[in-house]
Amino acid sequence: MRAAHMFYLIAGLFALSAPFLGIYPVFMMKLLCFAMFACAFNLLLGFSGMLSFGHAAFFGFSAYVTAWLAAVHGWGAAPATLAGIVVSALLGLVIGVLAIRRRGIYFAMITLALAQLIFFVCLEAPFTGGENGLQGVPRGSLFGVLQLKSDIVMYYLVLGAFLGVYVFIRRVVHSPFGQVLKAIHENEPRAVSLGYDINRYKLVAFVLSATLAGLAGSLKTLVLGFATLSDVQQANSGEVILMTLLGGSGTFFGPVVGATVVVTLQEYLSEFVGGWVTVIIGVIFITCVLVFRRGIVGELAAFKLRR
Amino acid sequence: MTEIFGFPVAVILGQLTLGLVNGSFYALLSLGLAVIFGLMGVVNFAHGAFYALGAFAALLGLQYFGINYWAALLLAPLVVGVLGIVVEKSLLRRLYGLDPLYGLLLTFGVALVIEGSLHQFFGASGQSYPVPNALGGVINLGFMILPIYRAWVIAVSIAVCFSTWFVIERTRLGATLRAARENAPLLQAFGVNVPLLFAATYGGGVALAALAGVLSAPVILVTSQMGSSLVIVVFAVVVIGGMGSILGSIVSGLVLGIIEGFTKVIYPEASNIVVFVIMAIVLIVRPAGLFGRE
Repeated sequence: MRAAHMFYLIAGLFALSAPFLGIYPVFMMKLLCFAMFACAFNLLLGFSGMLSFGHAAFFGFSAYVTAWLAAVHGWGAAPATLAGIVVSALLGLVIGVLAIRRRGIYFAMITLALAQLIFFVCLEAPFTGGENGLQGVPRGSLFGVLQLKSDIVMYYLVLGAFLGVYVFIRRVVHSPFGQVLKAIHENEPRAVSLGYDINRYKLVAFVLSATLAGLAGSLKTLVLGFATLSDVQQANSGEVILMTLLGGSGTFFGPVVGATVVVTLQEYLSEFVGGWVTVIIGVIFITCVLVFRRGIVGELAAFKLRR
Repeated sequence: MTEIFGFPVAVILGQLTLGLVNGSFYALLSLGLAVIFGLMGVVNFAHGAFYALGAFAALLGLQYFGINYWAALLLAPLVVGVLGIVVEKSLLRRLYGLDPLYGLLLTFGVALVIEGSLHQFFGASGQSYPVPNALGGVINLGFMILPIYRAWVIAVSIAVCFSTWFVIERTRLGATLRAARENAPLLQAFGVNVPLLFAATYGGGVALAALAGVLSAPVILVTSQMGSSLVIVVFAVVVIGGMGSILGSIVSGLVLGIIEGFTKVIYPEASNIVVFVIMAIVLIVRPAGLFGRE
């Protein structure tokens, strides 16, 4: 346990001092948003055993809602983000109700198909800017007090939000509710026979995950100033799966590691390899599934246990 | 001028045949998915990528080796099928006995590799494949004008679909396949080469996808991404039909193609999403799918 505390201390100090270490704050913020997205996804895959192939729908749709309210209607950062979260929670409720009627691979295919529906809505609806998406979203200010135009201020806001989500997910997983989710994951028929209304538990987990994914999408829009089709595309759903799997699904810190690797790869690798990024991501996917299914953090933990 | 609900009959029939053409592709693809899933329990996410590979194989064969359409109709599925066998032997094989979700994730990775490579080698812009001379032109049926190639695609797809159904449900080979689905170790004890059967099934399933790719090459633009959104529609078709049933996947593929074509006439904005909406409704009414058994 000592090592884990040390690790969190170092990670925390690094996160707090990152803007002064010469790391581009916008990159760090983007990374934190995707880490939050992956943590939200992991609540579903890692702790409830449901593989959603459509999480980009929540991330992306919330990004669009926030962008539209902030850029077109001049809403402030807080209400626009809140609206994004509420909309993705509702979307999560609708998609969740449909998807949890089936399990396993069917669940994956249903979420994928419904997310594609949301993609077409974002492509064709009158308020989304079609192929261009919504550009020039102002960050505005938080409650009229904190000016978010400054990257440093925005960075600490995003970091705070990320930490909040991280602690919240730990709390949920360790709560009685989380234990029931784990029981459903490990042995669904037994959870049923113990008298748990498993569909309700699954639905709540799904909505929670969708809501947090929506928060990540809204913040991403405020950070980068745009919402585009790539936020809501199938490829984005695939990437969040990869982040979680690569870092270690079912571990708390795994998705953060996975997001760091994937976002860094996309940011810096594309300079060297150009369009081959997709192929490389595909190869990482295959390697991950074949060689280390527990992910980086999961394998490290298993290695420590063996010694 | 005859009209139904204010739409000219010729327009409706034109969209219906287009819908039936799309439905033929859905049927061929969901059939391949159902065959692979039925035996191996793998949802093949790379199905759309193999479909694109089929079209590219035909296109490149024509450009570089002068292989005509008729030869491509045989050769492209063969080449892609062999590639499928390689994928099964080298990658998929290692995942048997694990959670089927891993198969889905692995084939998703395979799809990214194939589509990303096609994109790198052949660019983002689409290329067109000429309609073979013998199938060019139109037939005037009196009430509508039917392009011969469309009729050809529908006829070939239906013929291939039902022969596949016949082979699996009515022949000795099919009986062996179904036996492997029930109890593979026992079948192996009887002396059947089960690993070969698995490899051949995967190869055959993706060969069907490649055949759909060759058939579609003359009617759509051949691009690296042509299969990536199609495979999602086909997944929805499979959820609607119920994946266990071969006949169910063929019928729902064709019917959904027709419904999609019809939507293009009545309310074009919804034509991209109509299949997903139907899927949602089916999930509410009959969660196991129309032909499925839970």
